[in-house]
Amino acid sequence: MGERQGTKRRKNDLILLTVVVLAGLALTAAYYASRMGGADAAELTVVVRQDGEVTATYPLAQDGSYTIVSEDGVNDLVIEDGAAWIEDADCPDQLCVKQGKIRYAGDSLICLPHSLVVEITGSDELALDGVTK
Amino acid sequence: MGARRVARYGLLIALAMVLSYAETLIPAFFAVPGMKLGLTNLVVMIALYRMGSRDAIIINLLRIVLVSMTFGNGFSLLYSLAGGLLSGAVMLLLKRTGRFGMMAVSVAGGIAHNVGQILMAMLLLGTKQIAYYLLVLWWSGLAAGLVIGLVSYEITKRLPDSLFQ
Repeated sequence: MGERQGTKRRKNDLILLTVVVLAGLALTAAYYASRMGGADAAELTVVVRQDGEVTATYPLAQDGSYTIVSEDGVNDLVIEDGAAWIEDADCPDQLCVKQGKIRYAGDSLICLPHSLVVEITGSDELALDGVTK
Repeated sequence: MGARRVARYGLLIALAMVLSYAETLIPAFFAVPGMKLGLTNLVVMIALYRMGSRDAIIINLLRIVLVSMTFGNGFSLLYSLAGGLLSGAVMLLLKRTGRFGMMAVSVAGGIAHNVGQILMAMLLLGTKQIAYYLLVLWWSGLAAGLVIGLVSYEITKRLPDSLFQ
């Protein structure tokens, strides 16, 4: 029985892996589709959330640099030429700095140690968020 | 609970803690939070395949709590629980169907782990935007699951039976 069951398992494994890869491809396609025809920087907003609460919003089109201070630590946010990034942070892993620049709606920078999320939204989405929350 | 079982738990949990620590030493070239190889899952796979469902559940839970207490903080415990328990449950159920091999079980576990962490992040950070990370973490979970599945398979078939009697 061992060998027959083994062959069947191998077949099932292949089916499962194929489904997983197809789902991954679907996710990838959905991601790029959502970016197509994206609004230009002039209509996008950079939203800063601390522990889930919106603490600040900045237009992506307006250059500036901001220091985000919380009880957990400090992150330096820079917005320039239609992109936003974390220039410096005092968190141990520096992942938020390494995430680099974001410039499209839906992109986000995340600093888990500080419970900080910096994300770009279209202005409509933000308004909708405000109503539903 | 026999002394041998206690000793085996201790051995595997210690191994899980060492692997968790070893993983933090790999330079974080991964730019996305939560992206990792999941070396500790080797231990859960070995427990699942060479000991039993109950042992795997107990070892999984204990290693999550102990690793978070040692290397992490309150938040990392919540993320680890969300990822570790979901992936543990998925792997256990898939294995118990008896229809899948270790590769499929490991890959499903790797992806379930990342899905669990994203759900926890959405809950804690109060934003749906994080769902975008599912794209990256889906592929990284798949890749990590393949590697861990392969290594688990090679290890479990080489471990002597005397270790688990």
